Amino acid sequence: MFEMCADPKVLAGLDWFACYLTTPKHFQFYFSFLVVLTLIFITAPIVLALGFLGAFARRAAFAPLRLVGHAYTSMVRGVPDIVFFLFVPIALDQALEYVRHRVLCPEVTEPVYRGNDFVVCAAAKLPLSSAPQWIHEVYGFVLAIIAFSVVFGAFAANTIDGALSAVPRAQLETARAYGMTERQTFRRIHLPQMWVYALPGLSNLWMILIKATPLLFLLGITDIVYWARELGGSKTSFFEYPHPDWRVWYFLALLAFYLLLTWLSEKGFAWLNVRVRRGQATIGAEVAGVGR
Amino acid sequence: MRKLVIAALVTAVSAGSAFAQQVIRMGTEGAYEPYNFINDKGEIDGFERELGDKLCEIAGYTCEWVKNDWDTIIPNLLSGNYDTIMAGMSITDERKEKIDFTQNYFPPAASAYVALAGADDSVINGNIAAQVNTIQSAYIAESDATLIEFAIADETVAAVRNGEADAVFADKDYLQKIVDESNGELKFVGEDVQLGGGVGMGVRKSDTEMRDKFDAAITQLKGDGTLNAMIEKWFNIKDAF
Repeated sequence: MFEMCADPKVLAGLDWFACYLTTPKHFQFYFSFLVVLTLIFITAPIVLALGFLGAFARRAAFAPLRLVGHAYTSMVRGVPDIVFFLFVPIALDQALEYVRHRVLCPEVTEPVYRGNDFVVCAAAKLPLSSAPQWIHEVYGFVLAIIAFSVVFGAFAANTIDGALSAVPRAQLETARAYGMTERQTFRRIHLPQMWVYALPGLSNLWMILIKATPLLFLLGITDIVYWARELGGSKTSFFEYPHPDWRVWYFLALLAFYLLLTWLSEKGFAWLNVRVRRGQATIGAEVAGVGR
Repeated sequence: MRKLVIAALVTAVSAGSAFAQQVIRMGTEGAYEPYNFINDKGEIDGFERELGDKLCEIAGYTCEWVKNDWDTIIPNLLSGNYDTIMAGMSITDERKEKIDFTQNYFPPAASAYVALAGADDSVINGNIAAQVNTIQSAYIAESDATLIEFAIADETVAAVRNGEADAVFADKDYLQKIVDESNGELKFVGEDVQLGGGVGMGVRKSDTEMRDKFDAAITQLKGDGTLNAMIEKWFNIKDAF
């Protein structure tokens, strides 16, 4: 990056650090922070949407749909996260490739599972072998987002279902007595009051989602944990910038990053909490000093 | 005229397909210098990178390097995430049950113990750090010593430095430079142990055509001395083959 970095061997002190911290490898580390943030901010809305879908399914009048809702939340919530994270991307990837293989290469007669090997024709590969590496990485990232969304969506569904049930019945009955339709009751009364009860649970989920992001590393995505371990490990003179074991400093940086993120989140949720309670006759609202 | 155009088109298409090389994805760990590591540019580097690129050139493939954790490197080959493994992987009977290997491109090598400078040879019967799923960890598991496994090689050495393990057992070629540059903090202890059948390229059993091509390419590089020169460059070993 700087001109003086051309020959790292002659560097010392601050210059050495300036050059060391601006190697392309370090920029991959810095970029991975963005990857983690992207994961959180893409996953969170999907989780919320899945949560609503799951909650509606569980509350549906149509029994089979209710069964689907309950099956989704109980199954996902009952299986250890880590098993799910390992299972979903592999299963999804192989299922997609299998279907593509059947459709795109009907002429291939050999079985897809040959002994230990999972072999699909070249055209069925997802992404294609000829695709550049970044497409493979984005594909892996999308699979990870799906895995995270499915898992956290189940918890969100439970939280939202509970919150919807917690809104006092009298409120809804009054709304109906005023002649509101079901839809109007939901939009004007039920949904706005639901947030008060859902928010503590959802904020918990958000925190857990933030803290679960190092699982990306398990899915083969080079996230901040991967780079901290890789960069922090002791380096011999095969590398341009040899150094002893510095993992503790790199992990300290991750610690600071996660603490900052969760601290900001708490501020955000405190603000949201005040906001959703505004004008609502709940105990929380009176404590918060707003409302009536 | 029309025939001419068609003939020209046919040649153009066939020529095009001849140039459109098959893409082979090369899996490696990127944490086992000098075999393979991520250099300061963030690229995969090392003996296997140089050799693999050369082999692809000879075999007529376009190669793309992919890094993958050591622990899952065989399962992910089998499920088709990449097509080869070049990760300092020794050819063993156990691995041959799952995958195929080319002939070795690195001769059977010594594994060695490294401990802190003050230690004596008896530490090799104590707590020994080794990387998970390696021939070294299998060897320690069979022996009287207590095995402590780690996900990456660097952590095995760190475990000795911070006292968690009494010694580390790993490829001597991996440990050599670490000991040389430890300012006397680390030293080799005990006897070297000869393990494995040399390092080869791992491929799926169903990929016989590709394996044969790489095999032929390795034979060629062994024959013309290129491979020996590469091994001397990266490992400082003369006339390996």
